[in-house]
Amino acid sequence: MMTNVVICGIGGQGNILASGLMGSALVEMGYKVAVGETYGASQRGGSVMSHLRVSDDVERGVLIPHGKADVVVAFEPVEALRILRVYGNPETKVIYDTRPAYPLGVLIGEDEYPSLEDIDAEIKARSSISYPLPATEMAVEAGNAKVANILMMGALAALDEMPLGPDDFFKVLEQNFHGKALELNKDVFMVGYRHIKEGGVK
Amino acid sequence: MTTKNEPGKTYLMQGNEAIVRGALEGGVHFASSYPGSPSSQVLGMLGHIAEDQGFRAEWSTNETTALQSCMGASFANGRAICIVKQNGLLFHGDTIHCGALGGVKGGLVIVSSDDPDSHSSTNEFDSRHMAVSANIPMLEPASVQETKDMIPYAFELSEELEQMVLVRVTTRICHGRGSVTLGEIPEKRPFTPIGLWDRMVGINWLHGFLLEKLERAREAFEVSPFNHYTGKEDADKLIITGGTGMKYVQEALEEYGADGEVGVLSLGCLWPLPEKLILKHLSKASKVLVVEEVDPFLEEHISAIAGKARLNVEIQGRADLIPPIGELNPEVVFKAVREYLGVEPKCCGEGCPAMEGVNIPARELTFCAGCPHRASFFILKQALRQEGHKGVVMGDIGCYTMAGQRAGQYGYHFMSCMGSGISAAEGLGQLTNYGFDQPVVSLCGDSTFFHSVVPGLINAKMNEANILHIVLDNSATAMTGFQPHPGTGQTAMGFDTEKISITALCESLGCRVWRADPFDVENTKNLICELIGMKGLKVLILEQPCATLAAKTREKKKVWVDTDICRGSNCGCDGYCSRVWGCPGNIWDFEKNCAAIDEVVCVGCGACASICPSGAIKVEGGDA
Repeated sequence: MMTNVVICGIGGQGNILASGLMGSALVEMGYKVAVGETYGASQRGGSVMSHLRVSDDVERGVLIPHGKADVVVAFEPVEALRILRVYGNPETKVIYDTRPAYPLGVLIGEDEYPSLEDIDAEIKARSSISYPLPATEMAVEAGNAKVANILMMGALAALDEMPLGPDDFFKVLEQNFHGKALELNKDVFMVGYRHIKEGGVK
Repeated sequence: MTTKNEPGKTYLMQGNEAIVRGALEGGVHFASSYPGSPSSQVLGMLGHIAEDQGFRAEWSTNETTALQSCMGASFANGRAICIVKQNGLLFHGDTIHCGALGGVKGGLVIVSSDDPDSHSSTNEFDSRHMAVSANIPMLEPASVQETKDMIPYAFELSEELEQMVLVRVTTRICHGRGSVTLGEIPEKRPFTPIGLWDRMVGINWLHGFLLEKLERAREAFEVSPFNHYTGKEDADKLIITGGTGMKYVQEALEEYGADGEVGVLSLGCLWPLPEKLILKHLSKASKVLVVEEVDPFLEEHISAIAGKARLNVEIQGRADLIPPIGELNPEVVFKAVREYLGVEPKCCGEGCPAMEGVNIPARELTFCAGCPHRASFFILKQALRQEGHKGVVMGDIGCYTMAGQRAGQYGYHFMSCMGSGISAAEGLGQLTNYGFDQPVVSLCGDSTFFHSVVPGLINAKMNEANILHIVLDNSATAMTGFQPHPGTGQTAMGFDTEKISITALCESLGCRVWRADPFDVENTKNLICELIGMKGLKVLILEQPCATLAAKTREKKKVWVDTDICRGSNCGCDGYCSRVWGCPGNIWDFEKNCAAIDEVVCVGCGACASICPSGAIKVEGGDA
């Protein structure tokens, strides 16, 4: 078994932390895991992605070859498309946060941000199934926009491609968070998990 | 990163964590570093565990002081590790050459992290040439596990040879994660007193010993566990890899079903090269592909080995099948392996028909929401504009290097290595006495000021430079993740230390110093205009803490747009706040056709309130 997941977004959204926690949970379960993080000077608004490669026998290189992502998890709509075009194939599944983060060129008025309908249509056309998810809004509702990353990990864990359940992820959360933060993270993980298990808004 | 002594247990670890764990398993006594990506995090992690684990970890003023401190610790038979990026290793130049000549006592390991493709650098310099030039042994891991394992090995080797050892890593190791099975953490070894006739002196009569040590390293490398051979014995087709190349090659060979017929020699010992081991496989091959990060280092040295042995073998790599610049990745390696094998492409991606799609806007780097640099460059540009665009701005290395792009209004004309801005400005400014008639401004951040600007400032003072030097003081080494520096009053191990004041230091040199707040846009602009018109050396310190750091401690003020006041596109400003100011927190509401604040992104600095011509941007509790 070999599952390739690209987790993408922009600097500051907690992408690296999320992929690290997911990877640790899988290693605890005995899987061979490789994670590649591309961030550079990413705190400053650039695109960020993590490659998560899960296998039951061999630890791969940290980068997923183009066209070989089984799942794309995107914390931002345009980033979902940017990554899907390069790493996706017709069998790829996509989960993406529908909240746009405008690039500098858009704010300045030199570039245009595509409509969410157009983005959604292209993601649908390029993937086997896609789950648009208002993750940031749901996280704000649960208590803090910052935990949207963990909500997205809950959504990811709900896919058949991922060999883990909430309890496996909670073990790692418990090693990294305590008190209120732990409870909030567990809660939003389940929000994301249930959202997909119940079919999501496709 | 776990500090538990549980040999055999497996964790997912980042490469940078593996360096920390390796140092711990190597019985480290002393660690020193100046932050540089991709290995910035290493010393921070060492600092967190140092007190508990009974060793010293410190952030140093720059990379050279870091290495020299390590040499001191080694003199008492302490094990010392110095962590730098490629530029830091080059900054070591003189120290590493003289240090190698003098040798070491306790194991001294330098970890240098290269950044192929310059993800977080201005360059992709290759550290490996330094080992050749300084005649020191060098290793490079192919996985996170090897990274951890190599550090204790490097300590042992360093002590055996009485020589410092370089471990080269790259971004995909540092910022990659993999399973790491732990080894044992040893008891700390006691120090050895330095006797009356003990010496660590770098002097030329040791040149012969230096080369002898290198030959002993070669012998050790011939049997080192860090060189692996897999695949068919006596293979006619041989792929030689260094560092990250191995895993990409393995995956590519499986992809093309060639893993049985090709031999793969993965070298972890890169200098001096294990010639016998290489020749053993090279002599059987007729066609060799070398896969390595950045320069054709192995390719050229292996070509020399083949030439000396008069082998009739074709050696390919960066010279032909792999682009001469940029990092290795599956696409580059798959294509090279395919062409090397002479097979057709199989994977999706390259060669697949492109589907029509919507236009995706580029996501260029910008200063964070609330960043004081945005205000500083906005002000500087306005001030220079008032001077009729004559001013020349000499930049430096830090977050503010981004000011060369749109984020900072294309704010400088010159940028080179750390600390170079002020001295380049000094030279240029001297020409104003000989007919050059443009005002000269140089820039640096606070961490860079301490790192290497101070000698330049002294030079500027001594030579009566005619420049305005601006220190963009955000109280942080922000670019690499807020490591302490001499001005912050903190240390790597969490103890407080007396802050060194940039103002006091400049004044002690006899410099005229001004201080201003970049968020006070109008007054600071007027001050810069005044200083540009003034003769001589002027130092202006723009003080405002890094927004990301401030957001952690300062209570966030609510900033909003009063939609009754904002006239949207009917205002003559043409969306000044989002268009010119360019903060990710200032967005445009296309439905209401007016300015808006993105509450998730905004950090509440309130600086944008002062640039709105209508005063429509409001800050909770009045002014920012």
